[in-house]
Amino acid sequence: MNDLTQAFAAAFKLIGRLDPELLGIVTLSLEVSVTAVMIAAAMGLPLGAALAVERFRGRQAIVVLLNALMGLPPVVVGLVVYLLLSRAGPLGSLGILFTPTAMIIAQSILITPIIAALSRQTIEDAWREYEEQLCSLGARQLTAALTLLWDTRYSLVTIVLAGFGRAAAEVGAVIIVGGNIDGVTRVMTTAIALETSKGDLPLALGLGIILVGLVITLNAAASLIKEAAQRRYG
Amino acid sequence: MRQFATIIFFLAAAPCVSTALAVDNFIIVSSTTSTENSGLFKHILPLFQKKTGIEVRVVAQGTGQALDMARRGDADVVFVHDKTAEEKFVADGFGVARFEVMYNDFVLVGPKSDPAQVTGGKDIVAALKKIQSAQAPFVSRGDKSGTHAAELRLWKIADTDMPAAKGAWYRETGSGMGPALNTASSMNAYILADRGTWLSFKNRGDLIISVEGDQRLFNQYGVMLVNPAKHPHVKKDLGQAFVDWVISPEGQKAIAEYKIGGDQLFFPNAKK
Repeated sequence: MNDLTQAFAAAFKLIGRLDPELLGIVTLSLEVSVTAVMIAAAMGLPLGAALAVERFRGRQAIVVLLNALMGLPPVVVGLVVYLLLSRAGPLGSLGILFTPTAMIIAQSILITPIIAALSRQTIEDAWREYEEQLCSLGARQLTAALTLLWDTRYSLVTIVLAGFGRAAAEVGAVIIVGGNIDGVTRVMTTAIALETSKGDLPLALGLGIILVGLVITLNAAASLIKEAAQRRYG
Repeated sequence: MRQFATIIFFLAAAPCVSTALAVDNFIIVSSTTSTENSGLFKHILPLFQKKTGIEVRVVAQGTGQALDMARRGDADVVFVHDKTAEEKFVADGFGVARFEVMYNDFVLVGPKSDPAQVTGGKDIVAALKKIQSAQAPFVSRGDKSGTHAAELRLWKIADTDMPAAKGAWYRETGSGMGPALNTASSMNAYILADRGTWLSFKNRGDLIISVEGDQRLFNQYGVMLVNPAKHPHVKKDLGQAFVDWVISPEGQKAIAEYKIGGDQLFFPNAKK
C-alpha cells in the first residue's frame, strides 16, 4: 500500500512540475505509436476489407494466419527488425537502427495484423448482412468494400484504438530496435523498464500511472469525436 | 470529418519534422548496464558534449551483448568490463585498441540474516564455498555480462564446477544487474553485484554488503573504438575524440568526481 501511495505521489510530482524530460518521453511515445498506428491502419484496413468481400483460393489460410499474427510476441518482432536494420543486416546501410523510425517500423509490423484481422471480421459481418442488397444494386467488390468500410467506420475506430493501445503498451520491440537511448529513443515503456531495473519501483510505477492516464485520455478524446460525428452525420 | 483528417495529417507530419531537425554530430556507445544505471554517464556525458559538441547515445546492455552489438557494426565505441572478452574483441580485429579507463569493485550482497555465515569476511572464495555448502539461495545474472563472467571466474577459483554444482539454491535470472538485484531482494538471496549499481540501487529490502575488499573482486573497465577497417561507416573521428577524452586528465577527473551520497563509484586508472 505504501508503495502505491509513493507511486501516485511520484506521478503527481512529475506532472505537477511539467518535468521537461518526462514531456520529451511522452511526446516521443505519442509520435512513435500514433505514426505506427496510422501506417498500420493504412495497410490493415484495406487488407481487412479486401479479405472480407473477396472470395479466392487460400483465403481461409490467410485469415487464419492473420488471426494468429495478432499474437506476435513484440520481442520477436524487435529481434527480426533489429537483424534487418543492423549494419550487418540487409538494410543496414540505411543507418536507422536506434532511431524513432526503427521503432515505428517495429510497432507497425506488430499492429498491422491486429487491425487487419479485426476489421476483416467486422466488415465480413456487415457484408453478410448487406450482400444481397449491394449485389442487387449492381455494386462490384471494390464499391462494396468501400461502402462497408464507411458503414462500419465507428467500429473501425475502436479497432484502430486497440492497435494504438498495443503499440503504446509494448516494450519488447522498441527496447531492442530503439536501444532506450536517453533523449533519443527513450519512450514511456522503456523508461519504466529502466527505473524498475534501478530498483526505483515508485518512480517506475508513477510513470506507469501517467502512461495509463495518457491512454485513457486519448481513448476518451476519440470517443467524444466519434459521438459528435455520430450525432451530426448519423 | 474534415477536421479529423486535418488532425491526423498534422500528427503524421510531426515525427518527420523532429527527425529533420536532428543533427548528425553523434556517436553510439555500446556500454553496460552498470555504467548507465549507476548514473555515471548522466554525469560525464554533458561535460564531454559541452567541450566537443558531440552527442553520445548510450545503448546499455550486458558486456557480452554490448560487444556483440559492436561486432555487428551497430556502435562506434564500446565501453565495457570484461578484460578477457575485450582483448579477444581487439585480437579478432573488431576493435582498434583497448584502453583501460577506470575500475570499481564487485561486492557480495546478501541478507541480514546471513544463513551461510559469511557477512563481514574479506575472502570472497571462502564465502562462496560456504554459500554452496549451506545451499543458501544465490542469484546469478546468467546473461554473459561482465559481472556474470566475473562470478563464474570466482566459482572456478573456489573449485566449484558450476554447471554441475547448480541446484535449487542457485538461480540464474538471465537479466541485468538491477532486475537480478530485485530478484535477490525478494528472495533474500546472495548475489555478486558491481558496487556502482548497488550504491544507486533503491529496492534493497533486507540486503546488505556481506563481503568486500578482496583483491579478486577488482572490476576493470576498458574503452575501444570499433574498427573502421571492419565497419567503414564507424564515425572514426568522433568516436576517437570520445575515447581520447575519457582517458584524458579531464575525463578522468570527471569520473572521479561522480559520487552518490559521498561515495565515489568509479576510480579512474587510465595509463597516460
